[in-house]
Amino acid sequence: MMFVPGNNPGMMADAHIYGPDSIMLDLEDSVTMTEKDTARLLVYNALKTIDYGDTEMVVRINPLNTPYGKKDIEAVVKAGVDVIRMPKTETAEEVREVEREIERVEKEIGCLGRTKIMAAIESTLGVVNAYDIATASPRMMGIALGAEDYCANLKAQRTKGGEELRLARETIVVAARAAGIDALDTVFSNLNDMETFRNEVEYIKSLGFDGKSIINPRQIEVVNEIFAPKEKEIEKARAIVAAIKEAEKKGSGVIALNGKMIDRPVVIRAQRTIDLAVASGILSPEEI
Amino acid sequence: MNSIKERTQDIREAANHLGKEVFTDNISKKTEQRLELQKVSPKLATLEEAIRKSGLKDGMTISFHHHFRGGDKVVNLVVDKLAEMGFKNLHLAASSLSDVHAPLIEHIRNGVITKISTSGLRGELAREISMGLMEEPVVFRSHGGRGSAIANGDLHIDVAFLGASSSDPLGNACGYSRSENPKSICGSLGYALPDAQYADKVVILTDDLVAYPNTPNSISERDVDFVVEVESVGDSSKIASGAIRDTKNPRDILLAQQAAKVIINSGYFNDGFSIQTGSGGASLAAVKFIRESMIEKGIKASYALGGITAHMVKLHEEGLIDRLIDVQSFDKVAAESLKNDPMHKEVSSCEYASADEPGSAVHYLDIVILSALEADVNFNVNVLVGSDGIIRGAIGGHPDTAADSALSIIVCPLLRGRIPCIVDEVTTLITPGSTVDVIVTEYGIAVNPRRPELAERLKAAGLRVVDIKELRDKALSIIGTPAQLPFGDKTVGIVMNRDGSVQDVIKNIAE
Amino acid sequence: MELKTAHAGTLESGDILIQIFPAEKPGLEIALDSTVAYQFGDQIKKVIAETAKELGLENARISATDKGALDCTVRARTTAAVVRATGKDVWAD
Repeated sequence: MMFVPGNNPGMMADAHIYGPDSIMLDLEDSVTMTEKDTARLLVYNALKTIDYGDTEMVVRINPLNTPYGKKDIEAVVKAGVDVIRMPKTETAEEVREVEREIERVEKEIGCLGRTKIMAAIESTLGVVNAYDIATASPRMMGIALGAEDYCANLKAQRTKGGEELRLARETIVVAARAAGIDALDTVFSNLNDMETFRNEVEYIKSLGFDGKSIINPRQIEVVNEIFAPKEKEIEKARAIVAAIKEAEKKGSGVIALNGKMIDRPVVIRAQRTIDLAVASGILSPEEI
Repeated sequence: MNSIKERTQDIREAANHLGKEVFTDNISKKTEQRLELQKVSPKLATLEEAIRKSGLKDGMTISFHHHFRGGDKVVNLVVDKLAEMGFKNLHLAASSLSDVHAPLIEHIRNGVITKISTSGLRGELAREISMGLMEEPVVFRSHGGRGSAIANGDLHIDVAFLGASSSDPLGNACGYSRSENPKSICGSLGYALPDAQYADKVVILTDDLVAYPNTPNSISERDVDFVVEVESVGDSSKIASGAIRDTKNPRDILLAQQAAKVIINSGYFNDGFSIQTGSGGASLAAVKFIRESMIEKGIKASYALGGITAHMVKLHEEGLIDRLIDVQSFDKVAAESLKNDPMHKEVSSCEYASADEPGSAVHYLDIVILSALEADVNFNVNVLVGSDGIIRGAIGGHPDTAADSALSIIVCPLLRGRIPCIVDEVTTLITPGSTVDVIVTEYGIAVNPRRPELAERLKAAGLRVVDIKELRDKALSIIGTPAQLPFGDKTVGIVMNRDGSVQDVIKNIAE
Repeated sequence: MELKTAHAGTLESGDILIQIFPAEKPGLEIALDSTVAYQFGDQIKKVIAETAKELGLENARISATDKGALDCTVRARTTAAVVRATGKDVWAD
């Protein structure tokens, strides 16, 4: 997920050429108070006009307790955004408030249920409530960690290794998995330190995250490379999926590969590997 | 007959037989320390003396090189002097002109300069000429085309004024200096070498007059008539910066990555290949990616050609490129390398890119990466005239390298702001589509239908190969359809093909 | 319509700065300075005029400085400037 400031028309016009899975146009932190109105209109017109192809379009809105939140929701729902990202989410009730606003606008324009929600968790209270937030609405598709605000709230210093974020990261992944939605990690803002960035991406992948938030196209390749499944994994996954299809054809409930029984978790992981391979462009959908 | 006296009669007869005089010994030998003599020569003159003695007359052709690019001081200095001396109707034949040559506008208005031949024009001068400043159209040639035209007499130069970073009083000159604190450095003098060789009179201007012998040298004293010492021939810092700076522009990096993938999967990326790249951000970044792949696969290049950059020097010093062939040094690192490394060879524009010269380096070139202002659906490329009809570039070696290389790759964004770079028809035809193989954009890679095997190789490597018409349509869908340009009836420029034929003309643009 | 002087947009590449002033004579008077004036000048003026009229602005002097903005950006910046000039938002409060 690539962050793009919502008040920069030049960057908004071609963000998708770098091939991120999703683009987050930001109306919150990267937009000054005096330009909230102009950025909102810019994002609205861009979403309505620019052909972003298959890229998932996300807009980070201002919180509903600011004078901008409600107008942000109206504008981006009307523009047909895929996902609204809520900043600084602390409770399930906040999600439901946003959901009600979305519904109101969707009803007005006749597209009920189109807009999904993702919540950024950026405080200790948010982390404690992670599972409640993740399950607050059927529109919830993911939760994400926002490390800067969280650390300030935790009264901890940011470090290279990210030890201070460990509990938050693990909690968010577990909550997301339990709720059946995606978990996204925080941004890494030092563009000149690609090595630490790479280590961090490796690390959060091993924790179970589904993706990383990025602030510059230069970071995309590293994320895609690390999250792309390796050739051997794909081969194995394809064999497993083929075995499932074979079993289904025979009407057999038991799935076996090379004489071994395959458990359900293995099947799920195999399917996930295939999905990732398709998402990273290694496999085309026809090859499955 | 044992003494010369006894042979006197025979000597006289032998002299008569050959029609020669008999030797008289009136030699008075110079005995001063030769070091003193090394600092003088009858060729030394002031600029005004040199101009007078050169026999320059109204209507003649003067020439200049552009190795100092935006830092050049010679053109303005000499033309100011010519104006002051009252010359008129001169033909200025430079290897290229840039922003710093805006003072020429006044000299054109005053009739000092009435004709220009060049590879390119930029800035205010280009703008004025595009609007119709000159009666006589500017003649544009590629670097190889200029070399040919000088050698075959199409472009006859009466007096060449060539800036050099060092020269001895005899005119042994180069684009660098071995003095302790040299004032300037431009590296290769490749574009000046045909002028030095073929011009009727050659004036060297230098800001570092050193004692004889200034060797190794690129221009030889035998070609030089006058040597003029001046305060400065050029500001080297304006050629390019000294350090390697990698582009941070993500679009350039994306284009570079794609270009590198095209090269690596083209079928030409084999041990001993040869390559030329431009000096644009994307070109330089592509070198970085190619380098990684060369190391990984154990592939080395036999030579890199062209405008040589610090990036190429680095690869050469790492042993990844055997030889550097340098017609123009694009930065200080390249210029220093030319000065110090015998494997870094200076070539004239004829040896670089002339179509006539059997040994010109482009004939042996595998891969070239080039940029473009515009390319069209027939793969024609324009690098000279902006999409607003105003001249803003230079032909350079573009058509020469595209035509002679095995694989020519054009790297250009689909859009520059709201300006489309893939269009129906280029504003001005510079490099014919018949010589262009691949066009790399951020929205996909187009392969010339002449090269189906190449398209197959790139597709097999997983690259996004698209029809060039799709790219044009994509551009239009984003920006809308541009209005027609308001061209007038006056021809302001003539584009020569490298073979000496006329390829296109540039019309004036209404204000 | 009571009109304040207002502006929206920037001079960054790909953007357009729209300034709105109270009209000196009836109608919309649009002055455009654009890096792509030859190719898109008329189109940009058309989008500005259409957008202003859709928002009910009939009389004003509009000065636009364009740095290669796409139509959607021209529309967004014009809307924002009109909203600021008229004080009438396009979104519900």
